[in-house]
Amino acid sequence: MINSRSRLAIALYALMAVLCIPFLFPTWWMITSSFKPVSEIFAFPPTLLPRQFVTDAYGRVFELQPFARQYFNSLYIAAAVTAGTLAFSSLAGYAFARIRFPGANLLFMLVLTGLLIPSEVTIVPLFQMFLDVGAINTHWPLILVPMLGAPSALQTFIMRQFFSGLPHELEDAARIDGLGRFAIYRRIALPLAKPALAAVGIFTFLYSWNLYLEPIVFLSSPDKFTLPQALTQFVDAYGGPMWNIQLAAASLTAIPVLVVFVIAQKQFIEGLAYTGLKG
Amino acid sequence: MTPDRYRRGLEEAQLAHDHLLPSTSPDVRRSWWTPARRDHFTGYLFILPQIAGLIVFVLAPLALMAWYSLNEWNVLAGTFSFVGIGNYEKLATDPALPGVLWASACFSVGLVLFNLSLALLLAVLLNQKLAGTVVFRTIFFSPVVVSLVAWAIVWRFLLQQDGGINAVLRMLSIDGPNWLRGPTTAMTSVIVVQVVKNVGLNMVLFLAALQNVPQELYEAARVDGASRWTQFFRITVPLISPTVLLTSIITVAGSLQVFAQIAVLTEGGPGTSTTVLVYYLYQQAFQFHFFGYGASLAMLLLLIVGALTYLQWSLRKAWVYDND
Repeated sequence: MINSRSRLAIALYALMAVLCIPFLFPTWWMITSSFKPVSEIFAFPPTLLPRQFVTDAYGRVFELQPFARQYFNSLYIAAAVTAGTLAFSSLAGYAFARIRFPGANLLFMLVLTGLLIPSEVTIVPLFQMFLDVGAINTHWPLILVPMLGAPSALQTFIMRQFFSGLPHELEDAARIDGLGRFAIYRRIALPLAKPALAAVGIFTFLYSWNLYLEPIVFLSSPDKFTLPQALTQFVDAYGGPMWNIQLAAASLTAIPVLVVFVIAQKQFIEGLAYTGLKG
Repeated sequence: MTPDRYRRGLEEAQLAHDHLLPSTSPDVRRSWWTPARRDHFTGYLFILPQIAGLIVFVLAPLALMAWYSLNEWNVLAGTFSFVGIGNYEKLATDPALPGVLWASACFSVGLVLFNLSLALLLAVLLNQKLAGTVVFRTIFFSPVVVSLVAWAIVWRFLLQQDGGINAVLRMLSIDGPNWLRGPTTAMTSVIVVQVVKNVGLNMVLFLAALQNVPQELYEAARVDGASRWTQFFRITVPLISPTVLLTSIITVAGSLQVFAQIAVLTEGGPGTSTTVLVYYLYQQAFQFHFFGYGASLAMLLLLIVGALTYLQWSLRKAWVYDND
């Protein structure tokens, strides 16, 4: 005899299992299809696992485009943006939370303005500015704008909220010990801010990793491309996508981040929830 | 604590003390470089990179954009001439614009409603204290970390006429439509793809909010004989309403910035049925090279984002439960 409590549990598990399909199936389909020969990709009935396992598409990914170079571009740009954002937003966030200097409120309004302005809005003048200084078809716009422009305002805001919530006592004790502001920030505030820094770092990295409009506006030569831009370039002579190759490239882009996520999912999700609540 | 540092600390404390209290000996001239001033200076140094970045990459472009929008500027033809409100007149009479705004509105409304309700449903399911919910939480969140373009490419593959979704439907003897080639199904598809990609973010924020609702309230309600539904709408919803406000502001703002998914899935089509404002701006400025007109479209986008954020913020009093 099944009681009502476990009947409810079974119903909930069934509902969640069904809801999982749209979240899991695309990734599954992407990876398995990339190992199917072209003839099998659109076969009916569809095959959940490749009937014939081929890895040709993966070789072609690297032949058709400088894919390794593009992978490196995306990685180093995202790493540079993340490192810079962590440094500058934690410095600014700390100052706004702790140091009372004239004009702080006015300057913080500027941060809030950046928070509300989508970076897409300023893409036309940004393009012209970078054209004027000869930085088109370089990675500078993709590094500098996310690191210091509108997208970084949210990170500064999160860091300020976090530092405002820390108790004053530790810092007061350190000041009596004669530590300067920078030493307090570096040795006391930053180590306490690890959860906020982790969340800010993860989301800055993903933001840069996902950028698409900016690269297609700023970059024009394939060896400068980032991954999202490169993925859409695997097309045949008629502009139609070469599906198995596109899916192989997409898998190569998605799988490493997914693996890191599954290993560190606790930090990912709880870090986000934590900062989200504070912010 | 080293004696040296201790002495320095004492000196600083003494200096700060002197600075705060009127000096008893008028002949002692304090230097201009007081500890307070030094502290202000440190503050400015700390915020310098961020503020300089915001001035160069936000304020200056905004000012330039306002100026560009008053000029006729075709990059290909190399023409740049002052036209006053000419671009705004073009904006008002552009036959394509009502369709673009309608598509943006459909996308945003559909996305926000579907995203927030699915996020809340998933969060409530995960909050039932069942074994193994961490696995489900990981699965629901996983698309967030998949590269946006990779995600859109897979869905385009799945949504084709002979793609995976129609193949599954055919096995159930259902003839699926060509999802991305019909106006209604294209818009629905774009919304669903985007919701599945990002709903995990809001789900996690809702889950954290649900876990902060005090259990005593539910116990008290049970004692009073309130049903599960009453508990949900009378206790849960009011207590998580600040999170609903936060997530709705983030989601509305994000929905107006959608670009990559549209570019990969539909290229704004069929016709202009999925041409949202940012995609139209991109087409006008970077495909047709009308920079001046693109700038005035950007001003319009800015106005819409500002108005919606202000609206949500000022309406919060009406429906957000405030603890204080």
